[in-house]
Amino acid sequence: MDQAGIVPVSDVRVVLLHPADNVLVCCQAGRAGDRIACDGATIALAEAVDLGHKVARRDLRAGEDVIKYGVCIGAMTAAAKAGHHVHVDNMTSKYIRSTSRGRKPQPPAQS
Amino acid sequence: MRGYLRSDGRKGIRNVVLVAYLVECAHHVARMIVQAADDRAVQLVGFPGCFPNEYAFAMMRAVCTHPNVGGVVLLSLGCEGFDRDSLAGAVAATGRPVETLVIQENGGTARTVEAGAAAVARIRAAVDREPDVDMDLDELVVGTVCGGSDGTSGISANPAVGRCFDRLVEAGATCIFEETGELIGCEEIMAERAATPELGAEIRAAVAKAARYYETLGYGSFAPGNAEGGLTTLEEKSMGAYAKSGASPISGLIKPGDVPPAGGLYLLDVVPDGEVRFGFPNISDNAEIVELIACGCHLILFTTGRGSVVGSAVSPVIKVCANPDTYRKLAGDMDVNAGRIIEGEGSADEVGLEIFERVRRVAEGEHSVSEALGHQEFILTYKQFEPIGPSCLPVR
Repeated sequence: MDQAGIVPVSDVRVVLLHPADNVLVCCQAGRAGDRIACDGATIALAEAVDLGHKVARRDLRAGEDVIKYGVCIGAMTAAAKAGHHVHVDNMTSKYIRSTSRGRKPQPPAQS
Repeated sequence: MRGYLRSDGRKGIRNVVLVAYLVECAHHVARMIVQAADDRAVQLVGFPGCFPNEYAFAMMRAVCTHPNVGGVVLLSLGCEGFDRDSLAGAVAATGRPVETLVIQENGGTARTVEAGAAAVARIRAAVDREPDVDMDLDELVVGTVCGGSDGTSGISANPAVGRCFDRLVEAGATCIFEETGELIGCEEIMAERAATPELGAEIRAAVAKAARYYETLGYGSFAPGNAEGGLTTLEEKSMGAYAKSGASPISGLIKPGDVPPAGGLYLLDVVPDGEVRFGFPNISDNAEIVELIACGCHLILFTTGRGSVVGSAVSPVIKVCANPDTYRKLAGDMDVNAGRIIEGEGSADEVGLEIFERVRRVAEGEHSVSEALGHQEFILTYKQFEPIGPSCLPVR
């Protein structure tokens, strides 16, 4: 976790928890179009993202592992471009399905 | 630090009188007795079921003989399955004052409330004569639990509690983290931290048991609020929860009611053994807190993102808030604002030190916020466990 830390940004503060991660975590709520400095470039938030939620650090393919804290926390069920929200609509558990209010649980990913 | 020395050698940081109902049918009478006492140190605990259960008996025995407890009044309806005489005998064997009131033999509600109030007054007087003695940090047992987790928990409050745990373990204290069902996905990393390879194998097996158990139930330990707070999967929540354990080697794997034999870091396996029975392992956060207390925890570090307000009977609960927005909304319920890490105004080390200092002060008698607010939640349900394996505890 040596290189992990707060990434300096223009609009929304995000944190890269581990150098191997392919998602960033928002340290404050962001709106669509807000800029994030990421890996020496600037990417734009594709949609509003709340505090504590994840954003793709780079383009992610369907089926690709999602890496946070340097470990796999699930897999993408759909592709997401850099700056897109990574959450229940495009990723799922490799263990047990998650539940949320007013929404059918997704089956676990096949690994 | 001062403590109350008990006959088993353990010391308490509080000197509580418990009023314990042994079936839901005695709950109201027990509550009336506690209300009549109007004393923060007279507290209500109990087990609602009428059918006997070995686990529930063991939990009640562990709670009633907890170092923070000075004496006990047992409230029985009269016909329930709970073995009240064995429990009273176990409490009396520790030298604690204990009285049993049977509602059916006491003339009903009003008379039992009156008799209970008198019993509490007698026990309170006896307990107040208990002298306090010196107590060191290495005699302290601290548990941690997370509730209402969100995307901030794993990057602020949980790592900060982990740093606090590292300090406590270094000082010789005993630290317990738990909920193997919320550590699914972390089994390999935990096994590598185990003091012995045999213990590592036990940890892997405990998590596999948890995954199987939750799979059968159809739900992981994942609430809608977790997703609303940015967590997507159980293994993501697990990695965040795991950060509470800090970086010390894992000395042992225990089950509810097992008191660690020496200082160090322990993992508490809360998922029942055998086939799935009695429903979800822990129906809410307080069920986990009761199990930590049954393992001897003097106080509990509770991290929350969405914002839990609970406390507990018997052992003070210290609230560490992970989310800066939640802290602004619920500041009056929180002991520590770890959300400042998210806002770039503090490190996990700094907040960890703040939690450590808070632990010291609460152990010395200062009220935690939930304690001052009168939170004394307690919940106990049916479960079944087999004893821990031979490799689970450190060799002394």
